[in-house]
Amino acid sequence: MKEKDLERLKKIAAEIRQDIIQSIHKAGSGHPGGSLSAADIVTALYFYKMKVEPENPKWEERDRFILSKGHAAPVLYAALARKGFFPREELFKLRKLNAMLQGHPDMKGTPGVEMSTGSLGQGFSASIGMGLALKLDKRESRIYVLLGDGEMQEGIVWEAGMAAAHYQLDNLTAILDYNGLQIDGKNDDVMRIQPIAQKWESFGWNVLEIDGHCFEEIIEALEQAEKTKGRPTMIIAKTIKGKGVSFMENAPDWHGKAPNDEETQIALRELGGVQG
Amino acid sequence: MEKVATRDAYGKTLVELGKTNENIVVLDADLSGSTKTISFKKEFPDRFFNMGIAEQNLIGTAVGFAAAGKIPFASTFAMFATGRAFEIIRNSVCYPKMNVKICATHAGITVGEDGASHQALEDIACMRAIPNMTIINPADSVSTREAVLQAARYQGPVYIRLGRAKVPVIYEPSSLQFEIGKGIQLEEGKDAAVIATGVMVAEALKAREILKEEGIEIKVIDIHTIKPIDEELILKAAQQTGAVVTAEEHNIIGGLGSAVAELLAEHCPTPMKRIGVKDTFGESGSGEELMKKYGLTAQDIVQAVKEVVKMK
Repeated sequence: MKEKDLERLKKIAAEIRQDIIQSIHKAGSGHPGGSLSAADIVTALYFYKMKVEPENPKWEERDRFILSKGHAAPVLYAALARKGFFPREELFKLRKLNAMLQGHPDMKGTPGVEMSTGSLGQGFSASIGMGLALKLDKRESRIYVLLGDGEMQEGIVWEAGMAAAHYQLDNLTAILDYNGLQIDGKNDDVMRIQPIAQKWESFGWNVLEIDGHCFEEIIEALEQAEKTKGRPTMIIAKTIKGKGVSFMENAPDWHGKAPNDEETQIALRELGGVQG
Repeated sequence: MEKVATRDAYGKTLVELGKTNENIVVLDADLSGSTKTISFKKEFPDRFFNMGIAEQNLIGTAVGFAAAGKIPFASTFAMFATGRAFEIIRNSVCYPKMNVKICATHAGITVGEDGASHQALEDIACMRAIPNMTIINPADSVSTREAVLQAARYQGPVYIRLGRAKVPVIYEPSSLQFEIGKGIQLEEGKDAAVIATGVMVAEALKAREILKEEGIEIKVIDIHTIKPIDEELILKAAQQTGAVVTAEEHNIIGGLGSAVAELLAEHCPTPMKRIGVKDTFGESGSGEELMKKYGLTAQDIVQAVKEVVKMK
């Protein structure tokens, strides 16, 4: 990866994080922690790796991204707006009555959203059907699906994981946003998911472990996944919940609440932006 | 009278569809021999996907196929399709109005010997409560074929409720006028209207013969599409006869009887009786024995008609 690409991605990720904070602040509710932890992964996908056409969202040859951890909608919306799928002003009507952007992604109402998600595990399950359909049609497109660590506790995730390996879905790359926290606290305290790499390996997946905030590692892993034939890839991306905002980092409290005016100012300053 | 199971008609129709439409894919959850999707698997192995004993992922995967432009038919027993996978149907199929066809077999008490754990008696109620869902409960093999063909052409979620047992063939393929959302009046009568669905349509026709001998004339209506229900036909029948009996192989709560009662209560209050399983679980036994024990026979309809006529 070139130095100037790296600088570009870092800048975009910082701006996406600012949009996450501002949109959730304006909404008065939402999920900042898991949106911020996924910001670098989503940036790498939309601004480096994936083939998409914002002016033609249903382009048949596009790559597809499914946000299975649908509560991190603000990160997806910020990326889609920046990419040009819809005007940026929509971000600041998030969660409002009659607005385009729902609390959780709605594929029928929002251009660029590939799957309606929010109920955990279901986006991942749908990615299996998409992967099978694209193979049936002999398309080269790839499917990327982002899951949360708490989401690993859903039974459907393992049903889908078994099926993806059984059907040798090498057009599917799953990314686990492993920030270690869920609503009630640490995964380890609520319901242990470890040893997570071994679980996916034993299910027949190609497993890669990376730092989910390091663009070189994210992109290297996405490229390795693309080269892997005969099985799907699970990228376990170690992340920090609330990444980029000091008081939100590693704080379970910030899973699902909006910052107030003062907190928003501090957060934006830390992210290198100014409140707009 | 010739008897054919609706699931057999389903399996055959899938093959017919597969030949003309390349976008049809079929998914099953380890029950392809019972749901009859095995026929499609034999003809089109590349378009058949066994998802194993994992009904949530069966439906979730079907959603992904639909999102990529395919027309997925997902099959398992009604109990597991609508029960185990309920929330996937609610959130991933119906909320985004995905073009997924859920064709579930072994619905109702005529499952028989397998007992209560396998006898779905609340599936219509569950599916009816979800916006965007269309529910079809065909009465015989001939109308099943039409239901499946039309479901493939219809854009959006469809739940087709099929049975295990062989049931009388009541329609002629050449004269059947089947349209999703439109009921079929099979017989005319002035004293009461029997509004039936699924296997109970044949029982209603038998009841009509018994009642005729006693001088009571009933209309018999097949409501194959429970949602959206044919309001016009039902209201007309209620107005013309002034007495209504519904009949379904389902709990009396939440199914056809409830749908008709809701409609009549708001638009045309009419004396009515509901034939169905009376808010209880089933048990093992032959389908025929269970129909009798749980009050789902022509004789039960006859009794209900007599009572409701007195209420006029």
